[in-house]
Amino acid sequence: MFGYYLDLALQSLRRNKVLTALMVLAIALGIGACMTTFTVLHVLSGDPLPGKSARLFYPQLDPRDMIDYGADKDPASQVTWTDGMNLLKAKRAERQVLMTGGDVPVQPAQSGLEPFLSDARYTTADFFPMFETPFLFGHGWSEAEDNGKARVAVITRTLNDKLFGGKDSTGQILRMKDTAFQVIGVLDTWRPNPHFYDLNMGNYAATEDVFVPLATARDVRLERDGSMNCWGKGSGDAEHLEAATCVWLQFWVQLESADKAAAYRTFLDNYSKEQKALGRFQRPPNVRLPNLMEWMDINKVVPSDVRLQGWLALGFLLVCLVNTVGLMLAKFLRRSGELGVRRALGASKREVFMQLLVEAAVIGLAGGIGGLLLAFLGLWLVRLQPADYASLAHLDLSMLLATFMLAIAASLLAGLLPAWRACQIAPALQLKSQ
Amino acid sequence: MEIRPILASLRKHRIPALLIMLEIALACAVLCNAVFMIGQRVTDIHLPNAIDEDGISVVTVNGADPKLAGSDIPRNLAALRGIAGVTAVAAVTSMPLDQNPALSPFTATPDAKSTVNTSVYFIGSGGEQALGLHLLEGRYFNADEYADSGLQDFHSTGHVALVTQSDAHRLWPGQSALGKTLYTNATGWTVVGVVADMLAQDPKFNRAEGRYSSVFFPLHPDAMMGDYVVRSAQRDRERVVRDAAQVLDKLQPGAVVEGKTYAGMRDEYFATTNSMVWMLVLVCVVMLAVTAFGIVGLTSFWVGQRRRQIGIRRAVGATRGHIMQYFQTENFLLSTAGVVMGMAMAFGINLYLMRHYEMMRMPWYYLPGSAVALWVVGQLAVFGPARRAAAVPPVVATRSA
Repeated sequence: MFGYYLDLALQSLRRNKVLTALMVLAIALGIGACMTTFTVLHVLSGDPLPGKSARLFYPQLDPRDMIDYGADKDPASQVTWTDGMNLLKAKRAERQVLMTGGDVPVQPAQSGLEPFLSDARYTTADFFPMFETPFLFGHGWSEAEDNGKARVAVITRTLNDKLFGGKDSTGQILRMKDTAFQVIGVLDTWRPNPHFYDLNMGNYAATEDVFVPLATARDVRLERDGSMNCWGKGSGDAEHLEAATCVWLQFWVQLESADKAAAYRTFLDNYSKEQKALGRFQRPPNVRLPNLMEWMDINKVVPSDVRLQGWLALGFLLVCLVNTVGLMLAKFLRRSGELGVRRALGASKREVFMQLLVEAAVIGLAGGIGGLLLAFLGLWLVRLQPADYASLAHLDLSMLLATFMLAIAASLLAGLLPAWRACQIAPALQLKSQ
Repeated sequence: MEIRPILASLRKHRIPALLIMLEIALACAVLCNAVFMIGQRVTDIHLPNAIDEDGISVVTVNGADPKLAGSDIPRNLAALRGIAGVTAVAAVTSMPLDQNPALSPFTATPDAKSTVNTSVYFIGSGGEQALGLHLLEGRYFNADEYADSGLQDFHSTGHVALVTQSDAHRLWPGQSALGKTLYTNATGWTVVGVVADMLAQDPKFNRAEGRYSSVFFPLHPDAMMGDYVVRSAQRDRERVVRDAAQVLDKLQPGAVVEGKTYAGMRDEYFATTNSMVWMLVLVCVVMLAVTAFGIVGLTSFWVGQRRRQIGIRRAVGATRGHIMQYFQTENFLLSTAGVVMGMAMAFGINLYLMRHYEMMRMPWYYLPGSAVALWVVGQLAVFGPARRAAAVPPVVATRSA
């Protein structure tokens, strides 16, 4: 029976090509717009470290003075050098890492290459095991290099290709800011999205090309970059950052269970009380311990423009659907005569209803294919945009399937009312007026 | 035109009539908000900026030896002045719209509990000419103030400052800022001049109230000055920026030198906003087209259904114009009902967006504006089917359907 309905549907769709094309186009446009924006949303709100993110936490303290104080205000979004070092050395978590961003002038040894600026990350040793970064060659550094301010660097595959032609460069010398660093590791392609560990660089920034121990970077006075918030006598002066009353570092910890997280929170609370007793902190303890995804939510990493586009696309799909309902109604009612004959020959209302729904589904399938093509086009347009997330906009298999599900569901939904309405026709009346 | 027969016939076709109304209502709701978003973004893109945007180019130098800054900067400035067509040059720490917010909290009294967070610019000698600032009150920095002002802990060691009009208003509402003192903790600077509003380094980051919030301090040559501002006539700027970058590249080997025209910097800053605007425009146009085709489809169906009635009306004396008018009025009535529904929906959506997004209240005129747009779309869409209806010959009445 289904085959027969399908045949009828195709015949009927072929009969009025313009109307069919309009319906398919309306569905395709609505689905295309929705899938484009939903794919971008889906990519941007993804988990940067699946399987690990629930165990990574971002401790927040409030070391500021009483100016602009409010009991309901959020704690500082980064840590000072002093607090960062204290928490790092306390080693109360499985792993902990303290870091900041920066940029370094890379001075290539090859004569053909001009010096250029590279984004860099100055971090302590746990960065690599904690975030499970893939290594192409070599390895990260250990606490010993951190403490010894060793002149070592880990670079990305991109930079390795550019400077060393993709060969294993471990042991080679890399000159940055007139200082020789030894390359000890090369990271394979790794781009967590969002750029969760330091949102100040742009929520979807690319991974930095150079990694250097934090203490080394301070020793060589490599230029830091990112957000810095100072109070009291604090200032962004590069010479005295260690003692400054400024927050400018990101601190992450890895905690294996909820109990450990609770214990770490208590530790942070006690630490704040202790610092207040010492006179370093002035505000009452205000600590938070969001995990990775919570921290992404707090910072609203998904750009509001993208979320607005999602709503807009949904509104647009709704307009397209109502439009399709109208067109289908016109189409089905126009065939009252034919439907009347079928009913008079013994088809039940149910059967006629099913026949019309099959027709709606065929339109949905065609609309889905069109929508998919439009989504590819839309995502291609998104990738041309200047936003930092642009290059990430690709359709994956789950979104591909979702496109068809949505298209068919939408057109079936749109077909319900017209099909029901068309079934209400009294066969006798239709036959008489013929 | 008699409305009652139209209403009577609509009552018999309730579902299609409701569908057209709903379609127009949805389109109206989305259109209002989309156009409002477009308007807000276009305003942002065209925010005025009281510097010589057309004449300025900026060459950024990164990685030069900070110890040599004291001698490098005057030498570099002299070399830049030598480029044909250059009218003014200066070294500064940052530029409006350079996307690196450098904010500092200031207060109007030494012990105030709440601060005004402001973009800070340190400008070298001649900075006001190179940028093309507009002085509204007071004076610019003099030569001594430029020479004697250094930088310690990111604060000026000098004693004077310039503020923008907006900041003068934020710090000392209702008073002249001239001669007032600007504080950070116990340190104070005397305001010697007020300049017209210049955009912040990153206005999106500063939010609306801090968009034009800027304070200027004089600074003698210092390693913090990474930006060279080169001013020329607009027609020379492309060549000037190329030459300037080459000159500095030669003078600062090992450093990373990058030159941009200010117009290019501005375009870059607003690039994402700009593409959002085009996306919104595209959605509006396509949506109106879809709505129009929907109306064409449904009205054509109606015309087909009523061929006999139309024929009878024509046979008993109705002109083609009457038939046209009938369908046009019918569409007008449906559009009006739809638009009224749509305006209420648009208002509701705006309230929702205001709560969850950084959206302002929609000015009232957007509502009638999009109502008119949808009336026009409705009339255009109905024109074709109505003409086909008017073409139905009276003889149809005599045939059985």
